[in-house]
Order: sequence, then structure tokens, then C-alpha cells
Amino acid sequence: MYRSLRILPRLNANPPPAGGHLPSVATSAFLKPTRDVSLRTSGLRWVDSADTDSAHDAVVGRETRKMNMYQAVRDALSIALSKDDTAVVFGEDVAFGGVFRCTMGLAEEFGRERVFNTPLTEQGIAGFGIGLASMGHTAIAEIQFADYIFPAFDQIVNEAAKYRYRSGGSFNAGKLTIRCPSMAVGHGALYHSQSPEGFFMGAAGVKIVIPRSPIQAKGLLLSSIRDPNPVIFMEPKVLYRSSVEQVPIDDFEIPLSKAEVLTRGNDLTVVSWGTPVYHCETALKMLSHPPQSIAEHVPASLRSAKIELIDLRTILPWDVETVTESVKRTGRLVVVHEAGRTGGVGAEIGAEVQKQCFLKLNAPVKLVTGWDTPVPMAYEKFYVPDPIRILDAMMETLTY
Amino acid sequence: MATLARIRSAVPRRVSLQPFARTIQTAADTTQLHQDASHSEPFSVKLHEDSFRGYRTDTPSLDVEVTKENLLKWYRQMTVVRRMEQAADALYKQKLIRGFCHLAIGQEAISVGLDSATTFDDNIISSYRTHPFVILRGGTIKSLIGELLGRVCGVSKGKGGSMHVFTEAFQGGHGIVGAQVPLGAGLAFAEQYLGRKNATFAMYGDGASNQGQVFEAYNMAKLWNLPCVFVCENNKYGMGTSAERSSMNTEYYKRGDLIPGIQVNGMDIIAVHQATKWAKEWVTSDKGPLLVEFVTYRYGGHSMSDPGTTYRTREEIQKIRSTQDPIRGLQRYITDWGLAAEEDLKAIDKEAKAEVDAAVEEAKASPFPDEKELWTDIYSAGYEPPFMRGREREEGFRF
Repeated sequence: MYRSLRILPRLNANPPPAGGHLPSVATSAFLKPTRDVSLRTSGLRWVDSADTDSAHDAVVGRETRKMNMYQAVRDALSIALSKDDTAVVFGEDVAFGGVFRCTMGLAEEFGRERVFNTPLTEQGIAGFGIGLASMGHTAIAEIQFADYIFPAFDQIVNEAAKYRYRSGGSFNAGKLTIRCPSMAVGHGALYHSQSPEGFFMGAAGVKIVIPRSPIQAKGLLLSSIRDPNPVIFMEPKVLYRSSVEQVPIDDFEIPLSKAEVLTRGNDLTVVSWGTPVYHCETALKMLSHPPQSIAEHVPASLRSAKIELIDLRTILPWDVETVTESVKRTGRLVVVHEAGRTGGVGAEIGAEVQKQCFLKLNAPVKLVTGWDTPVPMAYEKFYVPDPIRILDAMMETLTY
Repeated sequence: MATLARIRSAVPRRVSLQPFARTIQTAADTTQLHQDASHSEPFSVKLHEDSFRGYRTDTPSLDVEVTKENLLKWYRQMTVVRRMEQAADALYKQKLIRGFCHLAIGQEAISVGLDSATTFDDNIISSYRTHPFVILRGGTIKSLIGELLGRVCGVSKGKGGSMHVFTEAFQGGHGIVGAQVPLGAGLAFAEQYLGRKNATFAMYGDGASNQGQVFEAYNMAKLWNLPCVFVCENNKYGMGTSAERSSMNTEYYKRGDLIPGIQVNGMDIIAVHQATKWAKEWVTSDKGPLLVEFVTYRYGGHSMSDPGTTYRTREEIQKIRSTQDPIRGLQRYITDWGLAAEEDLKAIDKEAKAEVDAAVEEAKASPFPDEKELWTDIYSAGYEPPFMRGREREEGFRF
């Protein structure tokens, strides 16, 4: 770690502007700022294409609206509620709009019998949702923070995930979707910044989805709600407001278990999801155009490296094919996630890739993750993988 | 410490109220005839006055209308259930049933009584001591035994086993202690949302009643006025711990706080029938949730690996078997009231045994599930990952 960057030159007296000089979420090239690029989002599938010939032009007659991620989530929930009479949204404080405003006005629009508050009762919420889903209802539950999902762990792993299998297919909780804000904000600390996706990796029968932007959130959430399997939908909470896109206002889906290749390249594969996708983007930029302060640590020979950045999007079951196809071409893999390293999703990806791509690998699979500590109060920014750590890992892997 | 000791000795010893308070009685044969029993018309009988106790509510009427047809039907069902459980016991001991197996011998009046006062539109969801519900609610003996044996003819295609049995009218056996209780609240919410007049019975044992999620479910059910009956089958022991040693309040029907409850003699099938009917009426008339505690007894151990005699005496079991057995109780009603002769009931016993024996043989003849079943029903067909990993490359499964 930090091998080549351990001694950073002291910055000059004036502190850099908040967010630094490099690309951040606000200026990311992965966000779609205009109607035209928004409507042509790759993999997007219109759900009600009755009046347009989508095969020829998906864009004609479609509109977009500027939304951040919480507004996009709200938009998806609104579509789910208006198109499906059995859909209900419930969770702690959702009738008031939720702590992150994702359910704002839904109770007023669809009625308090369909959008309602629950007691503070995570295990109860999950169990209640499973029962409701098994009756054929579309149950959309919110766990207020992903950190609070652990009381519901038993219900999710033992009831929701196994319901179909243990009843030989006669019962299931497929219509259950559990939304929960996840990942770090920079000051959430032990109980408001965790990324618990790794804990669910062994729970075959559930799906885990993590979007990176408003368009992705809307399309993936609608897919998750309609997927006939229970889905845990983790929304990176720092992106609720910071990521803004033109989002198509119509009903559309983005397929699950399909990773998206954000930048093409043949020298190194970087896999991530959620918030760190943007840190990876920054690191890519640092590699090709290192800022003055670190330029001396970035060998010129690496600056033209072509890097393939993949947003995994669905964490379980993950898109093995897209990742292994890429690594077979590049021979190198860096996995970036916020959760701690031991037993994290990166370990699983690394194991599979080393099995499938063993003879093609030119470097060990590198993980850039949170540390094996609780998410700390004092040093959260050091816990979360930042662009420097990602850059360091990329360089180490490229020069192995 | 000295002061404390002085205070303690100054306070008079608490006098146990037990001898003065009326307690539920759990004999299986204390119901009295009101009038001559009719062979063709319904006739009325009177339950023992200590068959019910109420909490924040009156108790169901002690006068019950029954028919000869129903009594004989219940007798047949309870006999088949017990025979079937005994068959499962034997199959387990022959090592033909693997995994877990929990038998409801001694508790037959509850499953048969619950089924007798509900329709297939009502929801019943319960724990892992639920074999009887399979054959009572749409399954067959073969499909139950097949499931225990892990064969394709089983209700869950042999993929679940003893704790995971389901039918069209039974929302399942659930193996995690207490986990099915909040599911019951969800089922009841769906019925309320759809405006249907169906009751949901969420069942659990006295052991599970101390799980936190049971109280979470109570709270939601009362808060939202859900048509949910929480049914506690109190068989006196949570695994190997007696109720008194595990619960601060062993009057489980009183544990719902604002939710009214009744305690019921769970050994008398007529009392169970009456209580279930009353509970269904309660929740389907928008009165909100209800707690029902059936006081019963399990003759066997908690599961097959528990002999059931290390934490209670053989005498205790023997005493209840000989004085409070639900099937012998019903048998007495039928013979004492002149509805059928002992020989007729013996014939039913014989038929039940033959029926179970035949089903066991049929189930044994059923094959084990195909290997590919290991991969199916994990995700919904058409929405699964393209590949599921096995132990080796060749073993994986491509959908």
C-alpha cells in the first residue's frame, strides 16, 4: 500500500477547494447531463413502448427531467405504485418522506394504506414483507440504513432466500424488495456508513443490487421490484444528492446481473460499484493526467495505459462473464469496494477470476477496500478507498 | 447487607395464590351432553367451565353444537395423524428419514380442531411441528412421508424435508424459531388490503414466544388492526426447558399487552374447535388481532434426537397420556354418547393404520429428486444467473 506514494509533497499553503481539482461526482463523465445521452443509456429497456417503435428510435417522444438519485428512486417507486395495485411501500418514517426523502409525497399521492410507517422493527419489517410477498403482493420495504439490516438478517437469509427452494417452488418471497441506504458519507461512522453487501454473498436466492446514479437507480430499482426473486437494493447514500442526471420520465428497466463497462481498455480491468466508481474515475484521470503534486510518482510509461472500468451493479448473482471476459483480455484486475477486505465481495470475485483466468493473469488480483476495522468515527476518509489508493493499486498491478 | 436481610425477614413471605386461582383444566373428556345425542341432527354439548380463560375479553360460549358426522371425522383425522407421526418415528429410527423431525403426538386436537373451524381460504402458518397440517389441508399422507424421506413425491419435491412442508392451504412449516410470526402479520395485512374476510393463524410454541420478533409482530398487528390470530401451542417445554424456567409470564395468552387473548384447553378437540371458530369470528369482524393459547402436551421429545425424559419424569408423561389424551377423550365422547360402538372405532383405527402403511410404501417407492433439482428453485426460472457453481468445473449447472 502507498508504496510509491508514501511521501507526498507538502501542498502549498492554500488548501484545495472542497472536492479537489480533479473530477468528482458533480463533474463525472459517467453521468448523463442531457436528454439525448440520457435516452440512449446503454441497456435501458422501455417498459411501455406501445406508442413508439423502439427498435428504430428509442428517443422519439420521450422526455427526461433533471433528478438527483433520491428523486429518481422516488420516481421509480411512484411508477411501481401506480402500475401495480398490490404494491405497497413501508418502513420507518417512509410516510413522511423518509430520512433521505426517497418517499416524499408518496403517501399523499397513493394513500396511507399503501405507503405507511412501521415501528422501529427491522426483523419485523423483513418478516412482514416476506409474508406479504408470499401472498402475491409487491412488497417494497425500506430499512432506514443498511447498517440496521442485521436484525433482519435471519429473515432475509433463512426465510426470504430459501422460501422457494425449501417449498419445492410452491411458495416464494420473490415480490419482496428491501431498499436500504448504504456506504459511507464521510462522517457516518460505525453505524451509518457500512456496506453490508458482503454478508449476503452466501445467501443464494436473494439478489443484491447497488446503483451508481439516478438513471441507474431508477432502472435497476424497477427491475428489482419486478424481478420474481427477493432483492436487496442498496443505495449509496452520498450519491442521493450529489449525483444528478437527466432521467427519462417514462417507465424503463435496466437488467439485473449485467455489469456495465464504463470505459474500454486492454491493459487493466477495474471492477467497482456504488460510490467508489467515481473514485475510480478520478484515479483513471490521475493516471493519465497526474496533477503536478504527484506527477513524479506516476511513471510516464503508465500514463497511456488503457483501463477498463466496470460497474458491477448487481453484486449477487454477479456478472461473472463480463468480468472474466475483460480480465482474459487485460490480464490484470483491481477490485474496489468500501466494505472491509476480509470476507468481502472482492475476495469472492478474486477467487473466481483466479480460477477462470489463471493462465491469462499477469498480476495478482488486487483489492482496494475498507480496512478490517469498524468504519471509524475519526478517520472515515482514510477508511474509504480514495483515488490515491486506487491509483497506487492500479500502478502496482500494471507494473507487477 | 445486614439491613437488607432485616428488611427481607420483616416482609411476610408471599403466599402462593395458585391454590385459590382458577386454572385452566386440560382433561380431554369433560364435555357434557346437554340433550340426547342425535345421529342425524346437530346436538348441543357443554364444555367444562374451566375450558377457557380470557384476558381483556369474555371467553367463548361453553355451549357447542356438534354433529355425529363431525365427531367421527375428527376421530378419524386425529387417528390418521397419530399413526402417521408414529410411522415417521419408525422411519426415522430406521435411518430412512434424515435431518430433523419433530412429532406432534399428543397435540393432535390442535391441528384437527383448527382445521375443523377454518376453510382453505384462511391462512395457517406455523413452525416445524406441522406434519398434521399437510394431510388436513390439501396434501396426502404419501406427499408428507415422501417429503420426510426426501423423495420427489414430497410436498416440496423432497427438497425441504420435515420442517419445510407446504400445501395450497397451509403457508408452511418454518424451521427458525419464531420466524413465521411476523410473516403471519404480512399475510393478514394482505387479506385486509384485499378486503377479504379471511383469518390468518400465526402459530408458534411456548419456546418461540420469547423471541423478540414475536413482539414486533404483535405490535404491528395491533397498530394496524390486522386480522391475525396469534396461536401459542403451549406444550409446556421449549426444547428441554420448561415454560416456568424460560418465561417470566407463562400465561401466554396475556402477553399481547393491549391484544386480548384466551387460553384454551388444547386437549379437548371440542374446546379447540369452539375457540378457533370464535377467534375466526373475532378477526374477521374487524376487532383486530387476538392471542389464543392452547394448553397441550407433547408426548415425545422435542425432536427425534431428544428422548424427552431428561428434563421431565416418565411418570409425568405417562400420567398425561393416560388421563388427558385427546384421542381417547374423543373416543369416550363418541362411545358414551352412543354415537358409535367401540368396534366401529377400532375399525377406523385399523383403516388408518392400513392407509398410513400403504402411503409409506408408496412414498418409499418414489425416487429421490433428480440431481438437477439441486440447482432449481433457488431463483425464479428465467431470472436466475446463467451459471451456478458446483464443487468442480464439470459439476456446475448452466440454466
